[in-house]
Amino acid sequence: MNALIVAGLLLVLLGVAYQSGWSRSRALATANGVKVHSRPQYHGSYVAIWAMIPALVILLLWAWLGGGFTRDYIVSQIPQETVLALDQAGLNATVGRIQAIASGYGVVGEVQPYEQAAGAALRSFQFLSFAIVLVLAAVAGGGALLYARSRINARLRARNAVERVVGVVLLVCSAVAILTTVGIVASLITEAIRFFTFIHPFDFFFGTVWAPNNAGTGGHYGSYGLLPLLSGTLMITAIAMLVAVPVGLMAAIYLSQYAPHQLRAVAKPIIEILAGIPTIVFGFFALVTVGPFLRDMGNFVGLSINATSALTAGVVMGIMIIPFVSSLSDDILNQVPRTLRDGAYGLGATQSETIRNVLLPAALPGIVGAFLLAVSRAIGETMIVVLAAGNAPVLRGNPFEPVATITVSIVNQLTGDTDFTGPQSLVGFALGLTLFVITLGLNIVALYIVRRFREQYE
Amino acid sequence: MATDTLSTVEASTERTRKIRASLRRRHLSEAIFRALGLAAIIVALGFVALLFIDVFRKGIPAFVQSNLHLSVTFSPEVIDVGPAPALADFPSQAEYQAASLAWQRQVAMLNWNQIIEASLREAAPEGFEIDSRQILSIPETNARHQVREMFVANPSLLGQTVNVDVLASANADNWIKGNINRDLGDAQQQLSPPARTLIDAFVDNGTITSGFAWSILTNVDSRSAPAAAGLLGAFVGTLYMMLIVIVLAVPIGVAAAIYLEEFAPKSRLTDLIEVNINNLAAVPSIVFGLLGAAVFINWMHLPISAPLVGGLVLTLMTLPTIIIATRGALLGVSPALRQAALGMGASKTQMVFHHVLPVTFPSILTATILGVAHALGETAPLLLIGMKAFVASVPATPLDQATALPVQIYLWQGNENRNFFEPRTAAAIMVLLAVMILLNGVAIYLRSRLEKRS
Repeated sequence: MNALIVAGLLLVLLGVAYQSGWSRSRALATANGVKVHSRPQYHGSYVAIWAMIPALVILLLWAWLGGGFTRDYIVSQIPQETVLALDQAGLNATVGRIQAIASGYGVVGEVQPYEQAAGAALRSFQFLSFAIVLVLAAVAGGGALLYARSRINARLRARNAVERVVGVVLLVCSAVAILTTVGIVASLITEAIRFFTFIHPFDFFFGTVWAPNNAGTGGHYGSYGLLPLLSGTLMITAIAMLVAVPVGLMAAIYLSQYAPHQLRAVAKPIIEILAGIPTIVFGFFALVTVGPFLRDMGNFVGLSINATSALTAGVVMGIMIIPFVSSLSDDILNQVPRTLRDGAYGLGATQSETIRNVLLPAALPGIVGAFLLAVSRAIGETMIVVLAAGNAPVLRGNPFEPVATITVSIVNQLTGDTDFTGPQSLVGFALGLTLFVITLGLNIVALYIVRRFREQYE
Repeated sequence: MATDTLSTVEASTERTRKIRASLRRRHLSEAIFRALGLAAIIVALGFVALLFIDVFRKGIPAFVQSNLHLSVTFSPEVIDVGPAPALADFPSQAEYQAASLAWQRQVAMLNWNQIIEASLREAAPEGFEIDSRQILSIPETNARHQVREMFVANPSLLGQTVNVDVLASANADNWIKGNINRDLGDAQQQLSPPARTLIDAFVDNGTITSGFAWSILTNVDSRSAPAAAGLLGAFVGTLYMMLIVIVLAVPIGVAAAIYLEEFAPKSRLTDLIEVNINNLAAVPSIVFGLLGAAVFINWMHLPISAPLVGGLVLTLMTLPTIIIATRGALLGVSPALRQAALGMGASKTQMVFHHVLPVTFPSILTATILGVAHALGETAPLLLIGMKAFVASVPATPLDQATALPVQIYLWQGNENRNFFEPRTAAAIMVLLAVMILLNGVAIYLRSRLEKRS
């Protein structure tokens, strides 16, 4: 209700301000035929911006501080001896009761006379304070409106003023992207530093045992060695690359060099569907279909393959990355100048010889860049690994056994836990920082390579 | 001289032979290379097909569910409570609420299972021997809540007999569909032998029929009554998050792109912003979850598990995508358009907002929809901000506890009753994929339509 009134007030103010600026400007233009610097809608916007700013500031101030004022007022209405007799929780309960009485909803149980009185007083206080704030906002907005309106004349550069405001708004929006990065880096680093006050960085980065004491029993924290997680991450990433790079690269080569137009028009979007499928779906696919299939295949040839293993997660992650590799490679192959290809054909090379001996070497830096981007994506992938890698944080080299990765451990250590007090949850941020640094490094190198490659052929 | 010519001819035939041989080899390797390329395409397409076929094959049966048609008698012997309190009898709303809650508690304490059991026995064949625990394993456990809520909503049902459809339990549904091997011994079966016999009898006499499983779409998640577990709560949670993403990410993203592409002076700072945005687009999504947990929940104390926080995290994740796509679109606008606008005396702001931006509208729209569709499927960051909590209600506002479609999939795949929940998870995936395909389809349609017009 109150929010609706406030929104209504702001809308009315906006409309009135715009209209008054606009009509004033029209009057100027038609009255004596002078040349007005700005068009009427800019004068309207100019007045509207002037009117909105003080009104918004007052309302925001009240939204920020109003709750505290109201509470202070309620407490002041409760008799002194009652306040002293209550603890914090009891006081909160009493304040809640008084608010319920004031809202007309009523409370269960006997109403103390002081509660009744305080409720009535609160009611008028709330009404009065809201009315005062509203009137203040309206008066301030109206005053600014009149001031801005009075400034309107033929020489006022309203358009420039409005455009400056627009420019500032645009600048603030692009700052959000910077702030996100700052937020990520700051939160990861501060929480990771808190983690390192519990666990020595050396034990974290070079420890070979991952056994956090999540229950917190026995007075020790457990061990937090990164290496088992890192090895699991790298093993799964390597398997994923073994699947994705040959298939993705060959698919890109075939589609861009050989495929008839119709096949390309059909196959390309279908492969790109893979890129749009949520990773949780791949995880489910890995868990219920690929894992059991690989296990049965293993039994068939006499290998013991776990249904949830590095292999399962890696293969499915590879499938997920195929479109990523193929569309990046496709872009890069298309950037190699036609003249190189035509030269090779002119010398009598076959199509595959041209591709292998001319096109691919020329495109190699770009393809390496694409490869690194794919690696970075595989390292950061979470849901497939959570579901299908088996979560066994042990240092081992057998891809047929369950493993755990950095991302899985972040999910395990942080899910549902938000009081970041012990190393059990804080380690999530240290892992996150490691992940962030690795992927950032890969991305920077990859983007640099790709950019250099593009410049080479521009 | 003659021998020389001969040797030249010989040499030439020798060379031709060599070239022929090497050509055969080269053509063979060409064919092999080509076949490898085709194989790669087939493998990639095969994976897409396999994934869809697998999910559909598993999920479609879950859209059919067994229902029990019972005639339930609200017998006064069992339902032994006073009349429901009326608002007029109480001084304040709060007192009425309290009395009403007390009455509902009384109603809840009644043995509603007795009523369900009586109606089940009535439907069973004459003289069928089965004990109460066994017979009550046939309907889903929420049947008693369903009947109780009917009574709370309409206390005048007391003493009447009405037809009620309730869901068969997850175990009964597994038995009917054959999701559990019917030949397994009693020890491995979830249901007792008399219950299994009675279910088959119910199927034969029409008390149990199969119907479309509306419960998947219209119910909220449930732990105690798995057969009644649905996606509605998760769907609404996802909807709130998508709204927040659209309301925040689109204006901010487009504005940022306009600033960077059109207004920003070319300086170190703008270079930094550019590198920064490209890198943000490649930051693993789980890192955004860490950001949300540390900043929005731990520092700003926004409510945990709320779609608001989820929406904010996904907004930050989607922003780089929208900024990059919008910048690409702005870059593609022909310089002639800009110069014409400037030449006619438009200011730079007017040129951008009146002439350049409208032309890029189709690309921005498509990029936005694709970005939102991508955010829709994101799971990992939501797990870190507590959205994997079990929520058995539809969130009324974006500040209430909620979960999201992909997280619901994650929760269901972990359910112990695998026979029942594996198909249900696949069904939930089908719903998620349907939403994504719908969004992508809309994007493609709008793009082709708008591009044709302009």
